[in-house]
Amino acid sequence: MKARRIIPIQPEPGSALPPDERAAVRAAIAANKQRAGALLPVLHGVQDALGYVPKDAVALVAYELNLSRAEVHGVVTFYHYFREHKPGRHVVQLCRAEACQAVGAVALEAHAKRSLGVDFHGTTADGAVTLEPVYCLGNCALGPSVMVGEKLQGRVTPQRFDKLLAQARATA
Amino acid sequence: MLSIVEKDFGTPAPRPARLWKNVGMRSGGDVDVAAKLVTLTIDGREISVSEGTSVMRAAALNDINIPKLCATETLDAFGSCRLCLVQIDGVRGYPASCTTPVAPGMKVTTQNAKLAELRLGVMELYISDHPLDCLTCPANGHCELQDMAGAVGLREVRYGYDGDNHVYAKQGGEANPRFVAKDESNPYFTFDPSKCIVCSRCVRACDEQQGTLALTIQGRGFDSKVSASQAEDFLDSECVSCGACVQACPTATLSEKSLISMGQAEHSITTTCAYCGVGCSFRAEMKGEEVVRMVPNKDGHANHGHSCVKGRFAIGYATHTDRIYKPMIRAKITDPWREVSWEEAIGYAASEFKRIQAKYGRDSIGGITSSRCTNEETYLVQKLVRAGFGNNNVDTCARVCHSPTGYGLKQTLGESAGTQNFDSVMQADVIMVIGANPTDGHPVFASQMKRRLREGAKLIVADPRRIDLVRTPHIEAQQHLKLRPGTNVALINSLAHVIVTEGLVKEDFVRERCEIESFDKWRHFVGDALHSPEAMEAVTGVPAAQVRAAARLYATGGNGAIYYGLGVTEHSQGSTMVMGIANLAMATGNIGREGVGVNPLRGQNNVQGSCDMGSFPHEFPGYRHVSDNAARDLLENAWGVNLLNEPGLRIPNMFEAALDGEFLGLYIEGEDIAQSDPNTQHVTAALTAMECIIVQDLFLNESAKFAHVFLPGSSFLEKDGTFTNAERRISPVRKVMKPKSGYADWEITQLLSNAMGYPMHYTHPSEIMDEIAALTPTFTGVSFARLDELGSIQWPCNEQHPEGTPTMHIDEFVRGKGRFMVTEYVPTSEKVNAKFPLILTTGRILSQYNVGAQTRRTENVTWHSEDRLELHPSDAETRGIKDGDWCGIASRAGETVLRASVTERVQPGVVYTTFHFPESGANVITTDNSDWATNCPEYKVTAVEVTRVSQPSEWQKRYREFSERQQELLEARDAADAR
Repeated sequence: MKARRIIPIQPEPGSALPPDERAAVRAAIAANKQRAGALLPVLHGVQDALGYVPKDAVALVAYELNLSRAEVHGVVTFYHYFREHKPGRHVVQLCRAEACQAVGAVALEAHAKRSLGVDFHGTTADGAVTLEPVYCLGNCALGPSVMVGEKLQGRVTPQRFDKLLAQARATA
Repeated sequence: MLSIVEKDFGTPAPRPARLWKNVGMRSGGDVDVAAKLVTLTIDGREISVSEGTSVMRAAALNDINIPKLCATETLDAFGSCRLCLVQIDGVRGYPASCTTPVAPGMKVTTQNAKLAELRLGVMELYISDHPLDCLTCPANGHCELQDMAGAVGLREVRYGYDGDNHVYAKQGGEANPRFVAKDESNPYFTFDPSKCIVCSRCVRACDEQQGTLALTIQGRGFDSKVSASQAEDFLDSECVSCGACVQACPTATLSEKSLISMGQAEHSITTTCAYCGVGCSFRAEMKGEEVVRMVPNKDGHANHGHSCVKGRFAIGYATHTDRIYKPMIRAKITDPWREVSWEEAIGYAASEFKRIQAKYGRDSIGGITSSRCTNEETYLVQKLVRAGFGNNNVDTCARVCHSPTGYGLKQTLGESAGTQNFDSVMQADVIMVIGANPTDGHPVFASQMKRRLREGAKLIVADPRRIDLVRTPHIEAQQHLKLRPGTNVALINSLAHVIVTEGLVKEDFVRERCEIESFDKWRHFVGDALHSPEAMEAVTGVPAAQVRAAARLYATGGNGAIYYGLGVTEHSQGSTMVMGIANLAMATGNIGREGVGVNPLRGQNNVQGSCDMGSFPHEFPGYRHVSDNAARDLLENAWGVNLLNEPGLRIPNMFEAALDGEFLGLYIEGEDIAQSDPNTQHVTAALTAMECIIVQDLFLNESAKFAHVFLPGSSFLEKDGTFTNAERRISPVRKVMKPKSGYADWEITQLLSNAMGYPMHYTHPSEIMDEIAALTPTFTGVSFARLDELGSIQWPCNEQHPEGTPTMHIDEFVRGKGRFMVTEYVPTSEKVNAKFPLILTTGRILSQYNVGAQTRRTENVTWHSEDRLELHPSDAETRGIKDGDWCGIASRAGETVLRASVTERVQPGVVYTTFHFPESGANVITTDNSDWATNCPEYKVTAVEVTRVSQPSEWQKRYREFSERQQELLEARDAADAR
């Protein structure tokens, strides 16, 4: 007789998460559960707290909102903003929309990738910086624009980019 | 891939307006208005269709076939593929015909140069990211993508095939990061993303049809791809393998493995599934006499084109190597089997039965019919017993499942059957599920129920265990009444108490439709404070506030429909509970129209039918008591014999009589009492005591190990006949291959009857049905010809109801006035104590069916290959049991050993298991207790103790030895044959 597998009784949703991450996910759920269309606010809450949406958080979010894991996975992957892997300590978002491209964003992108040694969605070897593309930060009059963490920066030249990154690295 | 014979009209037929009414509105009487017709012009032809029809469907109904890929009739229009674009006079642009409803006077053009150009452009994009291996592709012959490429006249793809794609594993010598390898994890189908066109049909089928929502589209844009759960293998995902996605797929992305290995079928025969009581209609797609695929029939009245993992895929048992194709006999059960000719086997069986009758009297033999056999076969067996054996010793496995339903509903409403059709649930506002687990036991109906729940109907679940329905994506029960096993009647009385004392009785309905004295008596009884939820809380364990809320919701929430299962009937008070349910429905006026009713969910495919056909020792076909002189006269004249007016032996009485030396011969057709009946050791002792047991079955089942004559039966694919499902629906079963043993089961019974000296001369099962129709008032309008015409018929079907009866008791109850029955709660004698402190209750799992004789011989064991004991973490902890440990379960009847699953699904003090595997011995533990009225065993309540153990129980060791010995005796047959 060939080896047969037993589908285990579903483990408790989210039990694979480390306790602190699990607590953060639970908090994001508790804060938004009652809202209509709670899924997006919950996912934002999770990413705000942890910097990403861990794969194992999906089961917990799905269970608590009474959705299937597939549904939550579909939403997480649809939005580029939601990240499935832990980012570096600083997330740098570089605008690639038309207005910024018109004033040097393409060159800035090339410089950023070269100086950090990573492609988009990549994290530097020291775990300090994750580089992400973004399509319009609403700062078109002052492009090229970059967000370093929560802070928006306009008129970013390659030199200024290096300086901002050096400052960020120095803070943590 | 869709059925090879069905035409796909692209979008669903518009749902009649009455079915769209808001949840919560009580429908008064018949509000059905004929749908309005809309007239429009399509390609210059004037066409009239119902309001709400899509332009695509309107065209297809008139054989104007608009190209399409993402549209299919079983799913709501989606409008994503952009192939079905049309032009409409006065409308800007090119609307999608699938999402555009018809309007009066609309002028539609489906083909012109501009549309051709647009479609060609779309097609080019699809094909630029699709493999060109059509000739070796499993969908070849029925590929919608290939058909559409042909329809739009695709001749070249300007983009070439070298660009970014999902097709090739390697791109310019490098691994292609977009390529995803074929997923073959599911035993029945494969998922090949390289062939996917992202039409979302699979995702929508999982969402809309099945309601599991296991699939999604991951990512966006060119990154979009179908994902099972979180980009997992199908087998690891939330998928329940119902097959809806495979059917919906327009390409070979999702393909049955059987289709891949065998190629396209060449003909299709419509038949009925032989698994549960939903009775889904299927199209057996055949290659000669081999089944390529079972595809749910879109026109099936019970399933509307949906299926589950059992009916859709688990048919491998029908050709399993364990099947026996030659008759066998032996003098003693310790002898090896001897393969003999049919003549010898039948001759031996008949001579043994005659010998036993001559020696021990006419009543010393009997027969057991099975709910898995067709109506015609069951009818013949009971006729053989009554007319050929000359006694009424015939019983059926319904004895051990729904006999209380027959009794309880007959007493109160006047007919031993459910009151509705399945579609009625689409008009229910409050659904109460009592002691049933539809998502596992009746999955296709569960999908329909879940659809209604997603539309907003309210749900009350009364079950000791947290079944999936209590909380599953997009569905949450308003009330889960988590009662203690064995306290059903206490619960139903307290629900009734709330309805009576809070003024929720529908007085005018009761006054007009019911026996008022019986109502007054009942009202007085349940109105007593003894039955209040507060007083009963200590008994049932359900908080009083919850009971009150549930009662108010059921009585006032609009159409209230009750669905119940074996959790109601398999108790010492099973019949009482059935009557309690009927009382509740009558008191609240929830009976006699669509959307309401009392609906037993039947376990096996033909439980309803086997009961209808007179399989009980006290009833002739059509539920007429054997003491009913008129009925007996009718049958005596037709059958040309004298019939007894005294009931014969029930199954448990047969066992007792066997142990007393008075019942020595038993003919068992398609039933496995040694596994399915309670207190196995008692059953096997009785079987051992008999002198001649004839087993007619596909396999050497547990009972056959005690048999002296084995007659190889035929599977549902090998014979003609009918099954009657839980909604009284008689559906045709069609022979798609000749019987592998030479005879269909009805022929074998006929041979035996003739050898016993009672002649039968049927040449086709349709003649048996004609006889049934002639002798049974509720079946007078039923015939094979009529079934072919209508597809299926819900009995009663007679002069008053020539097309059958979807809803019963509309203007008056079958018995005239509805009768309320007083339902005193009497606790079961099966009590917990210090020695047996836990209650064991039993149930089913999706992938397995009943005793598992069929499903264990299929790849369904991938999902469930052993029975497990569920116990609550607190009970597990105090006994030092961890998940996966072996634990011994001991009851007053016996003991067995199973592996533990520690889960909060069960409540503290309650343990639960399934009985799909004989070696589990679940019925070694269950006791002889039974329903007071019908002897239906109390499978759902057994006091047990559970301990951690390291070895199998004594019974299991004996079972193993006995089984091995019997297997040797079976194999010795082959040796004899070879000589």
